[in-house]
Amino acid sequence: MEQGLNTAPTILEMQSITKEFPGVKALDNVSLTVKASEIHAICGENGAGKSTLMKVLSGVYPFGTYAGDIVYEGEVVRFRDIKQSEAAGIVIIHQELALIPELSITENIFLGNEPGRGGVINWVEAQKEATQLLARVGLDDDPDTQVKNIGVGKQQLVEIAKALNKNVKLLILDEPTAALNENDSQHLLDLILGLKSKGISSIMISHKLNEIEQIADQITIIRDGKSIETLDVKADGVDEDRIIRGMVGRTLGNRFPEHTAEIGEVFFEVRDWTVQHPLTAERLVVKNSSFTVRRGEVVGFAGLMGAGRTELAMSLFGRSYGKFISGQVFKDGKEIKLRTVSEAIDNGLAYVSEDRKALGLNLLDTIKRSIVSAKLRKISKADVVNEIQEAQISEQYRKSLRIKTPTVEEGVTKLSGGNQQKVVLAKWMFTDPDLLILDEPTRGIDVGAKAEIYGIIRDLAAQGKGIIMISSELPELLGVSDRIYTIFEGKITNELTVDKADPETLMRSMTSSSQKVVA
Amino acid sequence: MSAPVTEKKGGFDIRELKNLFGGGGSLKQFGILGALVVIILFFQIWTGGKTLQPGNIINIVQQYSYILILAIGMVMVIIAGHIDLSVGSVAAFTGIIVALAMKDWNFPWWAAIILGLVVGALIGAWQGFWVAYVGVPAFIVTLAGMLIWRGGNQLIGDSATVPVEAQFQVIGKGYLPEIGPNLGFNNLTMLLGVVVVLILIGLEVRGRRTRKVMGASANAVWISVLRVVILGAIVLVAAYLFATGRVGTSFPVSGIILVILVVGYSFLTNNTIIGRHIYAVGGNKHAAELSGVNSKRVNFFVMANMSVLAALAGMIFVARSQASGPFDGTGWELDAIAAVFIGGAAVSGGIGTVAGSIIGGLVMAVLSNGLALKGIQSDLVQIIKGLVLLIAVGVDVFNKTQGRPSIIGLMTRKDKGGAASSDDSTTAEVTPGGGTPDTAVPADLPK
Repeated sequence: MEQGLNTAPTILEMQSITKEFPGVKALDNVSLTVKASEIHAICGENGAGKSTLMKVLSGVYPFGTYAGDIVYEGEVVRFRDIKQSEAAGIVIIHQELALIPELSITENIFLGNEPGRGGVINWVEAQKEATQLLARVGLDDDPDTQVKNIGVGKQQLVEIAKALNKNVKLLILDEPTAALNENDSQHLLDLILGLKSKGISSIMISHKLNEIEQIADQITIIRDGKSIETLDVKADGVDEDRIIRGMVGRTLGNRFPEHTAEIGEVFFEVRDWTVQHPLTAERLVVKNSSFTVRRGEVVGFAGLMGAGRTELAMSLFGRSYGKFISGQVFKDGKEIKLRTVSEAIDNGLAYVSEDRKALGLNLLDTIKRSIVSAKLRKISKADVVNEIQEAQISEQYRKSLRIKTPTVEEGVTKLSGGNQQKVVLAKWMFTDPDLLILDEPTRGIDVGAKAEIYGIIRDLAAQGKGIIMISSELPELLGVSDRIYTIFEGKITNELTVDKADPETLMRSMTSSSQKVVA
Repeated sequence: MSAPVTEKKGGFDIRELKNLFGGGGSLKQFGILGALVVIILFFQIWTGGKTLQPGNIINIVQQYSYILILAIGMVMVIIAGHIDLSVGSVAAFTGIIVALAMKDWNFPWWAAIILGLVVGALIGAWQGFWVAYVGVPAFIVTLAGMLIWRGGNQLIGDSATVPVEAQFQVIGKGYLPEIGPNLGFNNLTMLLGVVVVLILIGLEVRGRRTRKVMGASANAVWISVLRVVILGAIVLVAAYLFATGRVGTSFPVSGIILVILVVGYSFLTNNTIIGRHIYAVGGNKHAAELSGVNSKRVNFFVMANMSVLAALAGMIFVARSQASGPFDGTGWELDAIAAVFIGGAAVSGGIGTVAGSIIGGLVMAVLSNGLALKGIQSDLVQIIKGLVLLIAVGVDVFNKTQGRPSIIGLMTRKDKGGAASSDDSTTAEVTPGGGTPDTAVPADLPK
């Protein structure tokens, strides 16, 4: 295990894996080789087959349901379920964490793997081991803390502690940093590097190419169910553009749309917006925030997770979050009241939530019905929905936004993340909003679809609509916005036009309130 | 991610047969419809033709119409993500008030019916208030209601049986009258059958138009024609059976009330804003609220509506049994809930249809009736009904976890051998997961 990288023994070799679902070949002759003490990234667009490949490896799709061989530590393995792959030291950490919020850290770490005898758990032992495991992942919280009381970043660390407890040799991380802020992400990446130096290999699926570039040794690119190429990050001098080219099979040109903004007059203004946390009375999540939006302008909101961006947006949108304390909203010079979501919609506001599945869509519904769902009145007479119009309108949006689906009668669950997001955008475009608030509009979406979403955003602005775009990805904010506000601890800390903004300045304003700027 | 593109093929293609009843569509109830047909045929053979005799099917309608009426309200409650355990007690409570209103307070029969509906609405408003505005789970509110209204019935009625007048009995025991020339059958019943066929044709034409607008996969014309012909024939044969029963009988009045309610509530749930909102709240309450849906109002409406329908069911029952008694409606809630789940609704809410629930209710009705015709003891009948519920929902759940559309979809796919070609829209359902769980199918997780 202590050899140099190039001569390191191979820990895993997946040979010509083919996995078919009725009618679709999800994986077609995919091969993957992972060496010991290596961080191996898998890149590909949504739907390329990355997760399917990992499910084959971890035994979610048991032996016999796929073709090809998995050679692990020199032997052909045939996992029938996750238990078997875990026993062999392969542990997968899913994007959506599998922790139980009501249980303590210790209880979660040992869930399904409890130390003890005859079904009786030895809690003293568990506690002791948990403390050691937490130290290894750099978490100093009390192991008795309930998991619901620690942040997502720490929860991710608990997951890794849980994996370490299972004597993991090959750790699979599916989008580990998707829900983390920059600090937590960095901590996690450092931890993965630390594990590598202790001989634990990792396979990492991520859309965040800068992170991959930073820590991966090898990158395997999968496209349309086929393994396209494996790149050695150092030897091949891989950069983000190189990865993107492999993923989409073409050069993506400029990722952000060229635009010349035709910015009109200020039409939307928020003054002294203050919102209280829904449960804790003394906690203000948004403090005296004032800002403006002009017609045809994309206004970016930069802030770390928990800074109050979503809270600001949702409290504006019909008081959907927290308790309203004070503040005024003006549209076209007149004060408007936004006490309920319907009032907000009627006043021309639209809110595309950051959590598509929990807040954006009814996943049981069809594309067609989802698109018209936020303003059924528009196609109804005497409360009866005109289904012909519904079909026409959803069909129009399918074409204009290029939603990839055979028909609009399909359920939204069948769409990829990017296409679901287009349905959400269509749903809000259908309400004829003047101001669209887009909260993390490209989260969990692949590179190709991201570019399309950026295009749609700029198109909407070109039609004279005002856009507020909240994002954790600074390049995206800088690429799409015309003007950027930064938020820190519920306060607006800075305001910059995009030509004066750069990542460093933004990050500084996002992490401290020292820079006071007259708004 | 190559999405299978559905193209309409010209000419006669036998593979399109799978689209006859909702191939790949969301018409899950057609799977249950197939099961209903099988059960009817089974009992028809087993009972030596007794099942489909006019007298028997008239009896089935009269005996189960109130359960089916409850199922209509129940499916809406269940779609919204709740449950109502109080329907039997609400029915009994309304029944005794209506009976006393006519006997002691000299209400005419029509005023008594209005009073009954008002009582249902008030009870519904009470329960809806607790569910929607206080936030007490419907299970608890209606469990309390089950006790309260049962006790109320026995308190008001002094645990005694109160008879109702003959005019009132028509809604439970009456039949369509004889009108016009004697053609050897009941004219109004046949006319009703024709009207239903016309509605079916209208719906089919409308459906085709909608699909055409979407520029997508309208079925071949012959499929539509065949579907209308099959369904139409079933309706007309049924109408003929009802129309040719014992002299003085025909399609029951309670059946008419049921048909009107089924048509009305199917329309309400599918085509109106409130109907869409019920599905939206049941499917994802938070997303619905962020789309401007007032979920409290929706919850209030479904609970209140349920009690009104329970009141109506209670009155029909009282009319049929000619009296209101202290134990009317015991166990109805379970029959109604069973009908809804056999009809394809999801326990977690958001899924279900009025038509499916009616078919689910008919499955239970034909089953009970057929077993009774064969003289099977009631203890065995209960066991069989329980197993049918379990298996029906079990098959449904199993199909869902396998990513399969419906029983019928499954059968047609196998019947046609390798017909699961790329134009089979059902394959999209099992498109494998991509990079994020957004695109992931409900994975067949181990265990």
